[in-house]
Amino acid sequence: MSPRMVPAAADRAGRTDRPLSITVDGAPVSGIEGQSIAGVLLGAGRLSWRRGPSGPRGVFCGIGACFDCLVTVNGEPDVRACRRAAVDGDTVLTQERA
Amino acid sequence: MTGVVVIGAGPAGLAAAEQALRAGAEVTVLDEAEEPGGQYHRMLPRAYAARHPERLQTGWRAFDRRQRRVREHPRCTFTARTRVWALEPRADRAPLVHVLRGAADSAGGRAVLEPEALVLATGAHDRVLPFPGWDLPGVFTAGAAQALAKGERVLVGDRVVVCGTGPFLLPVAASLLEAGGRVLTVLEANPAATLLRGWTARGRELLPQAGKAAELAGYAACLLRHRTPYRTGRAVVAARGEGRVEEVVIARLRPDWSPVPGTERVLPADAVCAGHGFSPRLELPVAAGCALDRGEFVLVDAEQRTSSPCVYAAGEITGIAGAPAAAAEGAVAGWVAGGGDPAAITRLLRRRDRGRAFAARLARAHPIGSGWPDWLRPETVLCRCEGTDYRTLCRALEDPARDAARAVRLGTRAGLGPCQGRICDPTVAELTARRGGEVSMAHNRPIAQPIRLADLAGPPEKERNS
Ligand SMILES: Cc1cc2nc3c(=O)[nH]c(=O)nc-3n(C[C@H](O)[C@H](O)[C@H](O)COP(=O)(O)OP(=O)(O)OC[C@H]3O[C@@H](n4cnc5c(N)ncnc54)[C@H](O)[C@@H]3O)c2cc1C
Ligand code: FES
Repeated sequence: MSPRMVPAAADRAGRTDRPLSITVDGAPVSGIEGQSIAGVLLGAGRLSWRRGPSGPRGVFCGIGACFDCLVTVNGEPDVRACRRAAVDGDTVLTQERA
Repeated sequence: MTGVVVIGAGPAGLAAAEQALRAGAEVTVLDEAEEPGGQYHRMLPRAYAARHPERLQTGWRAFDRRQRRVREHPRCTFTARTRVWALEPRADRAPLVHVLRGAADSAGGRAVLEPEALVLATGAHDRVLPFPGWDLPGVFTAGAAQALAKGERVLVGDRVVVCGTGPFLLPVAASLLEAGGRVLTVLEANPAATLLRGWTARGRELLPQAGKAAELAGYAACLLRHRTPYRTGRAVVAARGEGRVEEVVIARLRPDWSPVPGTERVLPADAVCAGHGFSPRLELPVAAGCALDRGEFVLVDAEQRTSSPCVYAAGEITGIAGAPAAAAEGAVAGWVAGGGDPAAITRLLRRRDRGRAFAARLARAHPIGSGWPDWLRPETVLCRCEGTDYRTLCRALEDPARDAARAVRLGTRAGLGPCQGRICDPTVAELTARRGGEVSMAHNRPIAQPIRLADLAGPPEKERNS
């Protein structure tokens, strides 16, 4: 199994999801408003999106300390995906793309 | 009226803001996050429109009342999405505070604040000891798993192993279970005897923390309900898989954390959440010129003053003891920074002292054993950013012609990558010390947060205090 989002219907917190869509290396990926870019990627089942010196990397610390989760957002490189809130229409490039 | 700037809106920073306001000060609270609360009172994004946020955390209502009281106070300015990227010390006055506003790591608006008093409450991040495979996707810090489950409703995996040391492993496991994951086991590396010795010595000290004990009992009950075993004296000594975690190797540990040969057992798992305590976020205190206590935490006096003029510190940067203790320290720091008379807050001071006693107890019950390097292999990565492995570090340390600190930094590049040693510094320092060398953990990162050159080139807006 992969990482995933708690389904809204099963969420004790009683959320109301408003969908958003970003493109990741050209492909559309959907998430919900309020998520971080890392959250959108994980929610879509992706564990890694960057190549570190010893292999693939995704989220490690989750709070902006480790810099493992870097992506390019709307042309801006080295954005920490775990800290950046996703905005509908964002264009994300991973550092794992061919 | 004193202009107080508080950096960090976690339990410590919010309590500081509340008390500084009570003392009559004009207060500006800065936090890089979208919402206040810090790591403990993590709020769901507003866009989630959650009807029951209180179900995800203990003490939510009291926290919510406090954060509203602070934010709605006429003398308070609360600014979220604001990163402090540098502090500029000034003689006999509080340092200038350089901030960047806007989305994280974006080209944002740059500004400079000129506080009369500064309260630092920047908290901590997880400390994780390396083990073979800890750099595989699917290995998370315990805090990351917690932050994702509690703050975003994302579950990191479906068959999860939680490991490390400290009471924090319990709320992490509970959050994963609550979010619908399967937690196969929670592994505390210290043996039961160490935990007992640490927690039961001088039992009276624990009474005032009864709230914390009840909270922990709640998590323990949650584990029981889900039949998740909590085992002591055990650790994940390796994670394995093709491009991601597919299985973990668990071993029994001696009291010093060296694995007992022959006790290894393989468990299929898709995520590992590891936490071996916390590292305080010290770059801003160091930039402000604050002296450290044995190089580890910010040194503060009985009224939370640091060695730097007009700079106060509170929360996990002065010691690790959990949210109530952080809030108690913050309250004292805020009151004094705001110009309040310390003689008027004996109750707050007592609460703070009990928080410190709790920190000492926590450290005694959950020490890091000296035998953990036994689970390293020559090719185990120590620095995730630069890929420095254990073999390379050992070679650099064997070279007698070079002094340890330079050899380690320049010869191995450990600590020179994007995270600037935030993750590997404690590991490298410990391994170096073992071999008779000395590496100081400088925490000396004059640029505390990334800033783009274009932002640096433009002039900042100047603000007095807000
Ligand atoms: C990821 C994580 C999750 C945790 N979750 C829990 C939990 O669920 N339960 C529990 O009991 N304990 C948890 N803890 C332990 C927690 O650290 C403490 O118990 C408590 O939150 C500490 O309070 P604090 O006010 O000292 O720091 P924090 O709560 O960490 O608050 C510090 C604040 O400072 C801000 N900040 C830091 N640097 C800057 C900067 N340069 N510019 C602007 N703002 C900045 C941060 O955004 C943060 O909001 C967690 C720790 C971590 C690392
Ligand atoms: S996961 Fe560590 S910085 Fe984003």
